[in-house]
Amino acid sequence: MGAVSVVDRLKALRDGRGRSDKASSDPFVLALQDALAADRVRSDGAHRSLLSHDASVFEGGNSGPVCYPESTAEVQAIVRLANEHDRNVVPRGAGTGLAGGAIPLGVPVVVALTRMNRIVEIDTANRVAWVEPGVVNLDLTKHLQPLGFHFAPDPSSQQVCTLGGNVANNSGGPHCLAYGVTNAHILALEVVLPSGEVATLGGLDAEPQGLDLRGVFIGSEGTLGIVTRIAVRLTRNRPEVRTLLLSFDEVRAAANTVSGVIAAGVVPAAMEVMDQRITQAVENYVGAGYPTDAAAVLLAEVDGIGPGVDIDAGAIAEIGRSHGATDVRLAGSEEERALLWKGRKTAFGAIAQIAPDYYLHDTVVPRSALAPVLERIYAIADAHELLVMNVFHAGDGNLHPLLIFDGREEGVLDRVHAAGAEIITASLEAGGVLSGEHGIGVEKQKFMSAMFTDDDLDHQNRLRQAFDPGCRTNPGKVLPVGHSCADIAALRSIPKEMWG
Amino acid sequence: MTTAGSEATLASTDATLAAFAESVGAEEPIAVEGCRTRWLLGGELTSGTRLVGAPSGIVQYRPEEMTIAVRAGTSVADLDAALAERGQRSALPARGGTVGGALAVGENDLRAQGRGLLRTALLQVRYVSAEGRIITSGGPTVKNVTGFDLPRLMVGSLGTLGLLAEVILRTNPIPAVSRWLRADGVDPQRAIEAVIAPSAVLWDGTSTWVQLEGHGVDVDAEQRALASIGSFAEIDGPPELPPHRWSLTPAELPGLAGHTSEPDDGSGPERFVAVVGLGLVFADRPQPARSLAPELATIAGRLKHNFDPTGRLNPGRDPSRR
Repeated sequence: MGAVSVVDRLKALRDGRGRSDKASSDPFVLALQDALAADRVRSDGAHRSLLSHDASVFEGGNSGPVCYPESTAEVQAIVRLANEHDRNVVPRGAGTGLAGGAIPLGVPVVVALTRMNRIVEIDTANRVAWVEPGVVNLDLTKHLQPLGFHFAPDPSSQQVCTLGGNVANNSGGPHCLAYGVTNAHILALEVVLPSGEVATLGGLDAEPQGLDLRGVFIGSEGTLGIVTRIAVRLTRNRPEVRTLLLSFDEVRAAANTVSGVIAAGVVPAAMEVMDQRITQAVENYVGAGYPTDAAAVLLAEVDGIGPGVDIDAGAIAEIGRSHGATDVRLAGSEEERALLWKGRKTAFGAIAQIAPDYYLHDTVVPRSALAPVLERIYAIADAHELLVMNVFHAGDGNLHPLLIFDGREEGVLDRVHAAGAEIITASLEAGGVLSGEHGIGVEKQKFMSAMFTDDDLDHQNRLRQAFDPGCRTNPGKVLPVGHSCADIAALRSIPKEMWG
Repeated sequence: MTTAGSEATLASTDATLAAFAESVGAEEPIAVEGCRTRWLLGGELTSGTRLVGAPSGIVQYRPEEMTIAVRAGTSVADLDAALAERGQRSALPARGGTVGGALAVGENDLRAQGRGLLRTALLQVRYVSAEGRIITSGGPTVKNVTGFDLPRLMVGSLGTLGLLAEVILRTNPIPAVSRWLRADGVDPQRAIEAVIAPSAVLWDGTSTWVQLEGHGVDVDAEQRALASIGSFAEIDGPPELPPHRWSLTPAELPGLAGHTSEPDDGSGPERFVAVVGLGLVFADRPQPARSLAPELATIAGRLKHNFDPTGRLNPGRDPSRR
């Protein structure tokens, strides 16, 4: 269940590598093999079992055949065949999701898009690139770097996660504070609709015609269709960057510094807070140069076009000191800056040394509520005799409490889930929301009614059904029982005639 | 206006919205009337449609969160004034009208590259449904992926799926310095390359305007970079804009100049001001009609049917014709 090992296993699976499939007699599988190629349609039990999970802690689903298409036409063929055979469809990227969005329910054909990983076209003059959904987030940014551009969303899983998954989850990352999450960086999407038709949502023009279907598709967790090509906006690299590390002897002081910076009208590129348990784990793991005696550190970064970055960096330092910062360090070199970020980005890997399992939460609260909500989170974990660590996107109020545990301990998962529910309640009571970047998936369906009325959820379902009247695309996700177009309980059972 | 949350404020908001929902009711054709600044956009309203006004007023301004909750009938001018008092602004266009009207129409400000696209400014929406119910979607925080993203659907929908009642908008700080510059005979693409982060680059086929914003030292540096490609002079603001809006791709903009220099073939504008890098064009004649791809029209039709089964909301208007 440790996320690292799951990611490693999924990495190995990314290209559909593995032993060849034994002959299947299922007419649906045979039709898929006809449409693609025999070795890119897998229906052996081991393969289906592995793709029944994602990186979350949730019970896996039941995968039907797994397809590895290489073109839009092949994705279209899969969706049409699924319609003809009355089967569900679930798209899948790298499987790094933490809310169970890619867990296959209803024995669907799983459409793994990892082989559609070409950067199709880069047009720096017009600040746009067309990419396929299987392109890995960091690979795109590395490709753009020498051209002077980057793709702004940078989720912590960016070394593995795909842009198709970023679109499905409207992914964020540390540097979304100033630049916005995925939705702000996607101009157009080529998608295969649940009907099997190919459509382009949005466009490269300033104000595309009609309703913003691009906008509603992003973050729909694979329920409205399958994205096959993505037009991403390219962001020009800023020549000047200043990275600061502020130390505090109270978590509250770090949190209050963050809301103080925003209140002062400074919008840094990133503001990340890590508590002492995290910095100690990171120091043991990669030696990023974090002070292990501080109760919390704030990693803040400002970028810009010239000497103005020093004005912003100075303002952050001053606000930090006024909130009791015990030390303010400005990264003196690119190496030092890279190391500070390496610590932040490998924080989750560092946890693996402490306990075999963790449950990473994701809620958002108003920035001014960060300090009191964090205190409640520590108290909730104590009450459930769990260890909690906090490393989060403080700049936009996006909390990421990590509950650390050993899954072999009897009953521990019940305590983890109970504490998680209380953390969600605390966030909502502070005026926050259920998820900032992980999505709802199967994780938070049952909490949706705490944030929305029945009428609200009914309207969300009306949107979903306008795209997918048959309720066949990633059924049983996001919307809770009673508001979903799917019979969620039935999706978990396997019809007798399927897969013996 | 309040700057801190209080239950009394939120409760009175609900009463205001409930009264609006009651006035909308659940039967008969209905439309919201704002300032009529873009009244005919997307088609003429069916005659006999009852008109209502959306509630107005700022509900809760939280500058330290960079968010503001505002009722849809509030004028953009009032919103701008309230934000400016605390050194902030929003992505809503300066062209005026009401907040709800601006969002329903979905037009960006010509300085969108500096202040953000309108479609990303809307954090939470509360609207009255065709059934007369108050629906809430999105959330009050600057970051949120909870559930299906109905706020995105509402921007540019011309009130055909729900009548906007109250919204929470993202705000951002007004930069320390803002400066407009103009030069003649400069390739606007060179201007875009010369400066790192302009708030606007405009071009009318002859002149190029650039808006630079930020710390004074940075604006000065960007201005020096522009001086290396042309003789840019400081001016008061952007040029006067022709009345019609076109939506083009940035790559299509250079083609506009061909139309102005050659005899009029009727397909392009004679006079235009283009937002370089974005593709928004202000022109002296309307953009030729574009047709919506059939598969998109199918989804749009289903959305309309699912959200407004009897077709009572803003009848006669069509977002694909805006």
